[in-house]
Amino acid sequence: MNWYPIGDISDIPLLGARCVKTPQMKIAVFRTDEHEVHAIENRCPHKGGPLSEGIVHGTSVTCPLHNWVISLETGRALGADEGEVRVIPIRNEDGKLFIALENVMLEAAE
Amino acid sequence: MPETDIQKLVIIGNGMAPGRMLEHLFEQAPGRYQVTIFNAEPRVNYDRIMLSPVLAGEKTYEQIVIHGDGWYIENGITLYKGHRIVAIDRAAKTVTSDQGITEGYDKLVIATGSAPFIIPVPGKNLPGVISYRDLDDVEAMLLAAQSREKAVVIGGGLLGLEAAAGLAQRGMDVTVLHVNPTLMERQLDPAAGYLLQRAVEGRGIRVICKANTKAVIGDGKVEGVELDDGRIIPATLVVMAVGIRPNIGLAKEAGLAVNRGIVVDTGMQTSDGDIYSVGECAEVDGMVYGLVAPLYEMARIAASHLAGDAKPAFVHSDTPTKLKVTGIDLYSLGDFADADDRQEIVLRDATAGIYKRLVLKDNRIIGTVLYGETGDGAWFNDLKKKAVDISDMRDTLIFGQAYQGGAPLDPMAAVAALPDDAEICGCNGVCKGKITSTITAKGLTSLDEVRAHTKASASCGTCTGLVEQLMSMTLGDAYNPKAVQPMCPCTELGHDDVRRLIKAKGLKTIPAVMQELEWKTSCGCAKCRPALNYYLVCDWPDEYADDYQSRFINERVHANIQKDGTYSVVPRMWGGVTNAAELRAIADVVDKFEIPMVKVTGGQRIDLLGIEKEDLPAVWADLGKAGFVSGQAYAKGLRTVKTCVGSDWCRFGTQDSTGLGIRLEKFMWGSWTPAKLKLAVSGCPRNCAEATCKDIGVICVDSGFEIHFAGAAGLDIKGTEVLGLVHTEDDALEHIVALAQMYREQGRYLERIYRWAKRIGLDEIRRQIMTDEEKRRGYYDRFVFSQKFAQVDPWSERVSGKDKHEFKPMATVGFNQAAE
Repeated sequence: MNWYPIGDISDIPLLGARCVKTPQMKIAVFRTDEHEVHAIENRCPHKGGPLSEGIVHGTSVTCPLHNWVISLETGRALGADEGEVRVIPIRNEDGKLFIALENVMLEAAE
Repeated sequence: MPETDIQKLVIIGNGMAPGRMLEHLFEQAPGRYQVTIFNAEPRVNYDRIMLSPVLAGEKTYEQIVIHGDGWYIENGITLYKGHRIVAIDRAAKTVTSDQGITEGYDKLVIATGSAPFIIPVPGKNLPGVISYRDLDDVEAMLLAAQSREKAVVIGGGLLGLEAAAGLAQRGMDVTVLHVNPTLMERQLDPAAGYLLQRAVEGRGIRVICKANTKAVIGDGKVEGVELDDGRIIPATLVVMAVGIRPNIGLAKEAGLAVNRGIVVDTGMQTSDGDIYSVGECAEVDGMVYGLVAPLYEMARIAASHLAGDAKPAFVHSDTPTKLKVTGIDLYSLGDFADADDRQEIVLRDATAGIYKRLVLKDNRIIGTVLYGETGDGAWFNDLKKKAVDISDMRDTLIFGQAYQGGAPLDPMAAVAALPDDAEICGCNGVCKGKITSTITAKGLTSLDEVRAHTKASASCGTCTGLVEQLMSMTLGDAYNPKAVQPMCPCTELGHDDVRRLIKAKGLKTIPAVMQELEWKTSCGCAKCRPALNYYLVCDWPDEYADDYQSRFINERVHANIQKDGTYSVVPRMWGGVTNAAELRAIADVVDKFEIPMVKVTGGQRIDLLGIEKEDLPAVWADLGKAGFVSGQAYAKGLRTVKTCVGSDWCRFGTQDSTGLGIRLEKFMWGSWTPAKLKLAVSGCPRNCAEATCKDIGVICVDSGFEIHFAGAAGLDIKGTEVLGLVHTEDDALEHIVALAQMYREQGRYLERIYRWAKRIGLDEIRRQIMTDEEKRRGYYDRFVFSQKFAQVDPWSERVSGKDKHEFKPMATVGFNQAAE
């Protein structure tokens, strides 16, 4: 597990998201109205919609393709839908953001 | 043990019975079978009972789908759509389809259903003669109904009357021909049949009983129906709904035992132990069935047997009949013929149009006919099923459950008094206890949730009232179906209240709205935030700062998101007019960005599909240099103004329709509206721009401009209503703009103009726009004011750097390290 700097919290719009590209997948990094940050895989478990493009509310995001609501904290689909996306560990040190990637994820790209 | 436990199950037919059977089977024996389905219809499994509401325009096909494509994928089912099985080889244990697919089976289920019976009269094959059986028939009827001409429905039974009511609702002049003296004679006695006929006739449908069809007449297509008494009923559409015949041909050819249907035992097994049959094609104990409840029972039994439990056996039970025509309540159950050993209790109320009859034998109910007031059907059914001796309550029995044991009770008490095992939903065999316990256990609060979890009232829907009463009973005040529908779970307020309070309290930001109106969530949800953003943009055009994070992605990036996450971009082509320079610029952009698909849209412009998000700003920049602005093809706002070539070119054109269309588009572009707004201007009543199915349309005539509105050609199809005639182009513009502003100020978010108009009333809209000059001027001025802030091309704004971050990744990590 390695921590990688990805930028500053102010790079992300309030109630919005930005993407981080990694060799294995795109990660969506969200900023809630409480200025919390969350990172999850940028792929809705339903049909692969880009979650970073969804509307952020509370600690959830609504997928832009078919309105699944995904928890930013657990990565699980809320309501009657069932599914899950990967949650990526994220650290906020005075506004500097770091995400943790497992070595295995990096090796996969070699 | 065999090497693999997974067996091959092949199903012929994809109707409601096999669909339900698979649901049970996957629950009882998941993973036991690899399932393959052959469906002669090119569709997934949908709710056939709901075809009548689709015909009547109360539901859409999408709403009646039971299993979407996803269900088949999730359960690993191979579904061959549009494949008809032509042969079963029982020795080799294979089936073969008309498209040449051969599939082996361990177990086979034949669910070929039934075919409509076509009366063998001359002319039965003429174009324009159809049956009423599947979605294709409904679509054919809807097409025919557009002519608003005459239709004849042969058959005054359940299906025939539903078809007739639907066609009448769609604007056709309908006659029902029925061979018997009274309608629905198999389910209703003559008295109830008479009341029904009166109700049907009350809807403008002509009913001719004792009508024997001699021939369908016509030269090359249907022109009418001839009766054997010589009468001729003119018609351009003839619907035959006289009954069904089980489809047994395939089973017969395969050498299985058949009679009227495919003969099965009470375990749904045919004469071949590896072959089962369920649905309308199956005959059990000498009976074939056409109503859904026994068919679902067959499905349950077959599933148990396939899952290895051979105990359950099919037992006949009477199924209540209900007519799915809105506003006609009838209920019929069991045997109601007269006989010496039977007695009857009858209640009539002529003014209220109520008729109730109970048929008794040995002090037990054996038959029930209810017309006009059917609330006690479930209770009578329960008494009949349990063979309760009714001697003690005989005097008051007919008044229903509420009147038993003293003072009359309210309807709620009647439902409360039903025992837990009383059947509420006949279609799905759901009893009262199941519904109330599921509501409590799962914390359900809406009808849709109850339908999803219990299936009660999810098929034909006639028990919806009972289910709602159970919900009120179980949830108390927490359930109020008549209450204003809240905008979303974040608030108790409906859209109209929120709009009113935004103005009244002068709320000018989303947080202010949420604070002052006591939102239950900290920052709303994906439903309310876009709505609030629109209301604020509309009401405070000069003061409110648009909140991009509350807009759907399409409006945030000015392009339409596609299923693969790429975007499509549509530049404006004013009034659908373009030129060589514009086309060249588009061609250059397509080449430069290797855009995979270029498509002409229905709104007379060009769609560029498959653009990566990162490329969007550069695409806009190039299009912008050629003078293009965003076509806002993504917006809840003004989309296109479609035009024909009008008096400049067309020999029929009466006015410059192209010019007016361009003028309207240039005047109105950029405005946000509750839902998308599409316009069209046609230069003459031939209407080549299809203005009469648009949100707002203009038909040019010699004397001026006929303004239309409230059309629809999407989920719903609806011709426009006429707003009024004006004489100059300037007047046309002012009226149209005022109408759009009125809709902008009153519409609920995502409510198309035709739904808004239905809610407000056409006359009120005409009064405010056509008659009340002061009102009209006010609307017009407010629109013009708002446009000062709205007409900013989003593309050029973004190219110049606004919110640039949106299009670039925040960071790229892992690649360097990985490569080391």
